[in-house]
Amino acid sequence: MRENLHRFFRAARGAGVRLSPAESIDAMRAVAKVGFAERGILRDTLLLTLAKTQDEKKALGECFDLFFDLPEPSQSASGSSSDDESDAGQPHAPESAEGEGQPTEGLGPLAQMLLAQDRNEIAAAMARAAGAASLSDIRYFTQRGIFSGRVLDQMGIQRLRDDLDALAASNPAVAERLAAALEGLRDAVRDTVSQALLLYGREETESLRNEILRNAPLSRIEPRQVEQMRRLIRQIARRLRERYSKPRKRQRRGHLDVRRTIRRNAAWGGVPFLTAWKRRRRDRPKIVALCDVSGSVARVSDFFLLLIHSLHEVVSDVRSFAFSGHLMEVSSILESNTPEEAMAEIMSKVGFGSSDYGGSLADFEKQWMSSITPQTTVIVLGDARSNNLDPRADILRRIAERSKRLVWLNPEGRMAWGFGDSEMPRYQTFCTVVRQCSTAQQLERAVSDIVATYQ
Amino acid sequence: MADIRPAASIEAVESGLAAQGYIASRQIATAVYLAQQIEKPILVEGPAGVGKTELAKAIAAWRGLKMIRLQCYEGLDEAKALYEWKYAKQLLYTQILKDKLGEVLGGAETLDAALAQLHDFGDVFFSKEFVEPRPLLQALEQPMGCVLLIDEIDKSDAEFESLLLEILSDFQVTIPELGTISAVAAPTVILTSNSERDLGDALKRRCLHLHIGFPEQKLEERIVESRVPGISQTLRKQMVSFIHDVRTLDLKKQPSVSETIDWARVLVLLQATELGHEMVKDTLNVLLKYETDIEATLPQITTFVAKASRQNVFG
Repeated sequence: MRENLHRFFRAARGAGVRLSPAESIDAMRAVAKVGFAERGILRDTLLLTLAKTQDEKKALGECFDLFFDLPEPSQSASGSSSDDESDAGQPHAPESAEGEGQPTEGLGPLAQMLLAQDRNEIAAAMARAAGAASLSDIRYFTQRGIFSGRVLDQMGIQRLRDDLDALAASNPAVAERLAAALEGLRDAVRDTVSQALLLYGREETESLRNEILRNAPLSRIEPRQVEQMRRLIRQIARRLRERYSKPRKRQRRGHLDVRRTIRRNAAWGGVPFLTAWKRRRRDRPKIVALCDVSGSVARVSDFFLLLIHSLHEVVSDVRSFAFSGHLMEVSSILESNTPEEAMAEIMSKVGFGSSDYGGSLADFEKQWMSSITPQTTVIVLGDARSNNLDPRADILRRIAERSKRLVWLNPEGRMAWGFGDSEMPRYQTFCTVVRQCSTAQQLERAVSDIVATYQ
Repeated sequence: MADIRPAASIEAVESGLAAQGYIASRQIATAVYLAQQIEKPILVEGPAGVGKTELAKAIAAWRGLKMIRLQCYEGLDEAKALYEWKYAKQLLYTQILKDKLGEVLGGAETLDAALAQLHDFGDVFFSKEFVEPRPLLQALEQPMGCVLLIDEIDKSDAEFESLLLEILSDFQVTIPELGTISAVAAPTVILTSNSERDLGDALKRRCLHLHIGFPEQKLEERIVESRVPGISQTLRKQMVSFIHDVRTLDLKKQPSVSETIDWARVLVLLQATELGHEMVKDTLNVLLKYETDIEATLPQITTFVAKASRQNVFG
């Protein structure tokens, strides 16, 4: 059973629950106290000792159910197939019953097991074979075929095939039954392997997929990947939060805070038993984001806005503006709706027009210029393709002068800047930082750098 | 055989807590049992008013132990949570003992000799008599053990969390002048959190993590039964069903168990025997704490009340 627990820990890690060795030791100790007799208690115990958040509890609960159900689906699968088979074979059973005694004599153990339809025996054999084939090493869905083959090999499929060949000549009726049972067994093994993949392979598959996704151009991902991408962005946001939401106050050693020291020691007649030191407060980033939501940039803006607005703990103040032909503030839309709804609403109000950077910048200057303070980082996200309209770079200069930093994120590659109607070179001169930003990874780096300048 | 005993003792925990008026779900009982068995603190999370603090009180009452409570807030530090030197007392003693000091130092000719003699007596002023124990230290010093409740840990600073680590894993604290003080008897530690901020992994690792959510209908009925004995069975069923419906709405602050109990008391005071539309409307402010929530619920009252009374017929 100890072995089983270890395998469960591995499965739990696969399900995305972070388990340290210390936690597994605790879980072992706890399980030793409550025992394995009652499933509900065992489940509660593991949930209590291993999971540390509500999400982890849910993931672990599902993992538990999957893990400790493992023998059952395979059993029922082989059971149901043998039921079908026995239904069909029922009329033949009496006549072949007499002749059956001899042929099973010379058969291999697997064939006998299948003919005897001993489900428990089959399930146990399958579990043994799965252990011998080290099924828990399965990582990717492409390995399903290999592992199914290995498990069947371990169960002695080779011998079974020989038996089948021999029987086909001598006793076709039994051979037919055996062939049907073998089909059932194959299904059962496939189910077992799929489940093992679900248990042990999730982490690898997920990280592989995420890795690919992180480096895929955001503007060209397929609709079915959007949901995964959102999840990835949320992960990135969580990572950034964890990294940057740590203490906001840092002690400055060596600078005595005279006022607080005197007040704190008033009880002892001003004799300074306790000293108070000056602290330096760190600013939280204030961000004004201007996002192009026209055409190809729209999707990048979507993810960028999602990321910026999920950084509540790190960023104290975000105001977001979206523009294509004209500009409007979208902060409240983003705060009060789900990402999907918010984006749909923004698109219906501003989106998909031909972009006019000059006009949008003019809109911004007219109404919201006062929102920029010397602590503000202004982020512009867009390809700077202004359809040959006046770029109004002078407004961008004034924005740069008012703000702490002006960052331009461009989804296009550097090679394309300045070609066609791109105004990038002209805008570039006023920006503190200009960087390409077309994949999730680049997005993460860009936002991380912006937040880091406030630390 | 060893497998049967724990389940029985988990039931013992359940009934023990029930005797104190705390109806615990199986999961809570398992957590309390495990906390005793492997001597680990329990970190309880969940929405406000589901009985996190109440759990600690119930455990203390059930086991007849003293409960020591440390309420966390921003800026809570070592001096308020762990121990503090009694500066005034030290100062006073030096004043009183001035003459005595003269005698002690009388024989010394030079300053060096006086200092050397003083060193022998120096530690007197940093001894246990001059330590003011704060909740954490008090908890370690209880000879019978105790229940230590560290309430709303999420409100404290991240530094305070690190301070707790030593106590939580080894039940000991280190005071530089005195050395390490270990617990006389390991206290049962309960930490509560409203998830206002994410706690550090180091802290979480040291605890059993228990999440108390809103209870199921049956369990909540039992809780009301135990807390408000005067309530009729019909009304109890109806009001709990009504509250469960309210929780399905999108509200700013959902009514939790403490509100259920309050409401039950109010209904008993008003001598209600059944849930009525008017009565619900008049007492809704007991249940909901925001004007917008009340407004959102008002149009639904009739449906919910009808559903609640229907449920009573069948269930």
